[in-house]
Amino acid sequence: MATVSTPLLKDELDIVIPTIRNLDFLEMWRPFFQPYHLIIVQDGDPSKTIKVPAGFDYELYNRNDINKILGPKANCISFKDSACRCFGYMVSKKKYIFTIDDDCFVAKDPSGKDINALEQHIKNLLSPSTPFFFNTLYDPYRDGADFVRGYPFSLREGVPTAVSHGLWLNIPDYDAPTQLVKPLERNTRYVDAVLTIPKGTLFPMCGMNLAFDRELIGPAMYFGLMGEGQPIGRYDDMWAGWCIKVICDHLGLGVKTGLPYIYHSKASNPFTNLRKEYKGIFWQEEIIPFFQSAVLPKECTTVQQCYRELAKQVKDKLSKLDPYFDKLADAMITWIEAWDELNPSQAKLPNGKAK
Amino acid sequence: MATVDGRNKCTGKLKFILSYTINKQILFQGMSVPRTLRAGKLNEKILQLFIATGKDEVLSFIRELNIHPVITPVLPTQMAQFSVKDEDVDIVIGAVQSDLTSFMNAWKPIISRFHLIIVKDPDLKEDLKVPEGFDVNIYTKADMDQVAGSALTSQLFSGFSCRYFGYLISKKKYVISIDDDCLPAKDDKGFQVDAVAQHLFNLAAPATPLFFNTLYDPYRKGADFVRGYPFSMREGVTCALSCGLWLNLADLDAPTQALKPEQRNSRYVDAVLTIPAKALMPMSGINIGFNREVLGPALFPGLKLAGEGKFRWETMEDVFGGMCAKVICDHLKIGVKTGLPYVWRQERGDAVQSLKKEWEGVKLMEEVIPFFQNVKLPVEAVTAEDCLVEISKQIKEKLGPLNDVFGQAADAMIQWVNLWRKAGSSSS
Repeated sequence: MATVSTPLLKDELDIVIPTIRNLDFLEMWRPFFQPYHLIIVQDGDPSKTIKVPAGFDYELYNRNDINKILGPKANCISFKDSACRCFGYMVSKKKYIFTIDDDCFVAKDPSGKDINALEQHIKNLLSPSTPFFFNTLYDPYRDGADFVRGYPFSLREGVPTAVSHGLWLNIPDYDAPTQLVKPLERNTRYVDAVLTIPKGTLFPMCGMNLAFDRELIGPAMYFGLMGEGQPIGRYDDMWAGWCIKVICDHLGLGVKTGLPYIYHSKASNPFTNLRKEYKGIFWQEEIIPFFQSAVLPKECTTVQQCYRELAKQVKDKLSKLDPYFDKLADAMITWIEAWDELNPSQAKLPNGKAK
Repeated sequence: MATVDGRNKCTGKLKFILSYTINKQILFQGMSVPRTLRAGKLNEKILQLFIATGKDEVLSFIRELNIHPVITPVLPTQMAQFSVKDEDVDIVIGAVQSDLTSFMNAWKPIISRFHLIIVKDPDLKEDLKVPEGFDVNIYTKADMDQVAGSALTSQLFSGFSCRYFGYLISKKKYVISIDDDCLPAKDDKGFQVDAVAQHLFNLAAPATPLFFNTLYDPYRKGADFVRGYPFSMREGVTCALSCGLWLNLADLDAPTQALKPEQRNSRYVDAVLTIPAKALMPMSGINIGFNREVLGPALFPGLKLAGEGKFRWETMEDVFGGMCAKVICDHLKIGVKTGLPYVWRQERGDAVQSLKKEWEGVKLMEEVIPFFQNVKLPVEAVTAEDCLVEISKQIKEKLGPLNDVFGQAADAMIQWVNLWRKAGSSSS
């Protein structure tokens, strides 16, 4: 059977990269990234110049740019935390986003071949998801796989895929306590699978190697208030992950996890991480039951409506946990307002069928 | 001792420390909460006991005291090796073909140290051929008739379902069952897969159905819970069922296999994962292991298709039973895993022929899934048996009218539970 080649989508996809140091890692990705437009979000000191390797087509935003573009709404974008990357999602004009950390490199598959992570993400996003019934052979749309015996035919068309969550070889994405106990553990297991996370199931979404359909779920990809001036860090992608999963489940959209792998090279300092995550470790015990039981009304048929409703529920139910959540709920609204201002044509697009 | 990929494992362990303010003293039913509090004995377990009384006075008192569980995560501690004793395991083989020589010899290095239960399909006319060198008990139609009567034997135990008789009479804690047309597989590095050891590891290590771990099974060597995984959920729950996969001939339905006659599964996916709570999946009975003590009769021979034959394409009993089992596991807060181990499934049968004959099973699935997604089990159902009886009632009520096959399945489930209770009471 002839394999269909994956479309490049070079005019429909932006690569969003947050950085505070340099972009040397792009050299390794050049063969895969060069055709694409990059959106660099420079965190930290705006007076510093970040050199972008020659030959890439990019736009770069530092804190001054963010403040200029968003004005008073700029306070919803985190400072001194990679959460600032979501500004890139907002200003992009493309249908798809791929975001990657600047310490992530090209990984090799078991045969020794370089993995084109971007191509795999595109494959994941362009093929349907199957959240309503678990397929034991994982992604049925992959070459060589299919739906297993017992899988109802009425569910085999699947639903549109909103998010593709990739994984990491080498330094695994552990929290600080686990890092402290196992500083030498490396992820060497290449699991050759892509699977849809079932409806009703939450997961810890890592922003290191992530792609999504901006038109389907973009407004919900807010990475929260983290970093300087905030009581918490390293929970930006987690927060977005819980929000998008509740909304995707409500709107009948799919979230995939698994391939592609990238090679994560830098192990962050576990003591610094512990300081950042400390509150999160306690708070997540409350936050997760909150998201697990969050119900969105039928009337919420767009992502923005769902997100505004979630923000209201965060304010109602999580503020008592800590005043931080009151601020966060406000920031969620600010984000949606800013999103709609910068993306006017998208503002009232209905997305999928709300349950 | 079957040491199965065991090693000391770091995992989060959680201590609940309750903080409270005392501003009232109330005595009820001889239990004094303030005395318990003062003695420093109010911990989470005791709090749950108080709550479980359901007594209004207790509940309002707890509310007034403003008791909040405060979670203090402790640094991860070393966990014991996940190992299972050989004598706790039965390997049940349903013989739908008479000559088991090559099958058993192929599996010998892996299964010879365990006790085997071989159950011969009551419809099979030829004598069974079983090689020497195994600790095995063989059961035939005569044995089944003695336990269940010949009418019930033919209703419950013919064809692939003969293995359920093995589940019924086993006395062990763990049961592993593999179709008799499967051989040991090789992994992606070319090493032979010890499917039994992998199933036992899956069953001995906890399952994690409450939250999805993106690095799959956190108890495997070289893996752990990822950032963002709540610490209170890291102890996991008992794993009741381990569903393995197949290389070569995957477990596809007849239409799919007929459409892609050359397709073979060659992808070795090196993962075990817990199927999340509330998610349903089609359980394939070809390669499974389960905790018989905890799952009891939850795996049952219920759904029999009209044209059911001797090929897997023509059965649905495992898929149907597996969904019941998953609903029961979710209710009882125990887990189901899927993934490794792989077995090598040999060519047998012709998908196109099976397709011509009957693919009623495929159509039935359309009704079945919405039903299982909406099953609610009462809080009083605390054993797998209770749950099964309740589900059979609902099947009769809601699915029965749609197709006779479901009404029959509901009846079969009750017969099965009765048999199970009888076998249980005579085993000690």
